Amino acid sequence: MVKKRVIPCLDVKEGRVVKGVNFVDLREMGEPIELATRYSELGADELVFLDITATLEGRGPILELIERAAAELTIPFTVGGGVTGLDHARSLLRAGADKVAVNRAAFDDPSILTALADEFGAQAVVCAIDAKAGEVVTHAGKNPRGRDAVDWAIEAVDRGAGELLVTSIDADGTRAGYDLPLTRAFAEAVEVPVIASGGAGEAAHLGAAFEVGAEAAIVASIVHERPERLPELKAELREVGWNVRI
Amino acid sequence: MKVVLADYGAGNLRSVTSAFARAGAEASITTDGDAVRGAPLAVIAGVGHVESAARGLAANGLDQAIRDRVAAGKPVLGICVGMQLLFGDSEEGGTGLELLDGAVRRVRARRVPHMGWNDLSVTRPSALVEGLDGQDVYFAHSFSVEPSDERVVVAAADHDGRVVAAVEYGAVAGVQFHPERSAAAGARLLENALSWSRSA
Repeated sequence: MVKKRVIPCLDVKEGRVVKGVNFVDLREMGEPIELATRYSELGADELVFLDITATLEGRGPILELIERAAAELTIPFTVGGGVTGLDHARSLLRAGADKVAVNRAAFDDPSILTALADEFGAQAVVCAIDAKAGEVVTHAGKNPRGRDAVDWAIEAVDRGAGELLVTSIDADGTRAGYDLPLTRAFAEAVEVPVIASGGAGEAAHLGAAFEVGAEAAIVASIVHERPERLPELKAELREVGWNVRI
Repeated sequence: MKVVLADYGAGNLRSVTSAFARAGAEASITTDGDAVRGAPLAVIAGVGHVESAARGLAANGLDQAIRDRVAAGKPVLGICVGMQLLFGDSEEGGTGLELLDGAVRRVRARRVPHMGWNDLSVTRPSALVEGLDGQDVYFAHSFSVEPSDERVVVAAADHDGRVVAAVEYGAVAGVQFHPERSAAAGARLLENALSWSRSA
């Protein structure tokens, strides 16, 4: 049976990891490939690089990072964050990303999802959806878009998305657990895998997300402050019966 | 040993060439039919659909180069869509190289794509899958092969039913999962593939 996945998310700015990742044994703090490799060794099932560089597309550093990651990593990785449109998403996949996560650009123009799925296959196309009180929001949660998030998810899958990355803006950063009603609503509405994001604080939170139908869960600050927490989380999940890769 | 990846224009093959390099091979990407004909091992890898992949191969005569290889008993390894290309008609559209009998059908499961780490069950001993029984490898696909001849299947995975994970018959082999993204088990598969190709 396919295993539930635990996916560390690294924020990357101008090709460097930002936000405190505490790998004490690495001198070059912030070197994304070293950090990614360490997570891979610690049992990460996949990785997400979220590019938070606040500049326009055609960004050199992220493309160089992707080319190196494609050559050096031995687990799959997704690249997302501020994808502006079809050409941008295509450039990330052509550089070697296994998957691209498209958020606002797909909401504004859903045909992007179809074009990417036709060229790279649906398995490479992740639609990232941020929700607040069940409504689609964009621009880091600041802009409500007046559409039910699950309704948009159904269309996104119909258009070609092979996976959904669902972030609850309400739960993000709280460490109080994923937004379970939201995660459940997505998982029940679509046939593609749903990745829960926002709110992870302990292993039981991941288990609860899997329980309501998530196939995977994003972890960020909980593992960045102590990366060895990652294998512990997976062992704890395994202990209570979750089918995770050890 | 030299490994040649047939380039049919389906995105980036860097992860696969790098993984072969780690396994000790000298891997390169080519659109040249003679290079594909002559290499000790030819690989069809990449993403997308059977239809566009078949079209891409044909554009440079690589389809014929691969057929010539197999006719001469020289090994070919298909990875993911490359494995689907070894077979015939695809429900997604298009027809593969028909090197093995069978069709490509949509995965029938609650969750499609079949995405993530799944454990292999070796169904027939083969150099290709030696040491991989029970190992986790990474899958990411919505379509999967259904061989007419059960004897070609060497490994399977379970995703609401059987998914054929690896095939091997004569000079033709294929894996549905991504060895280049399957950590240590994937590295083992590629090392196995190199050994297999020396004896195929």
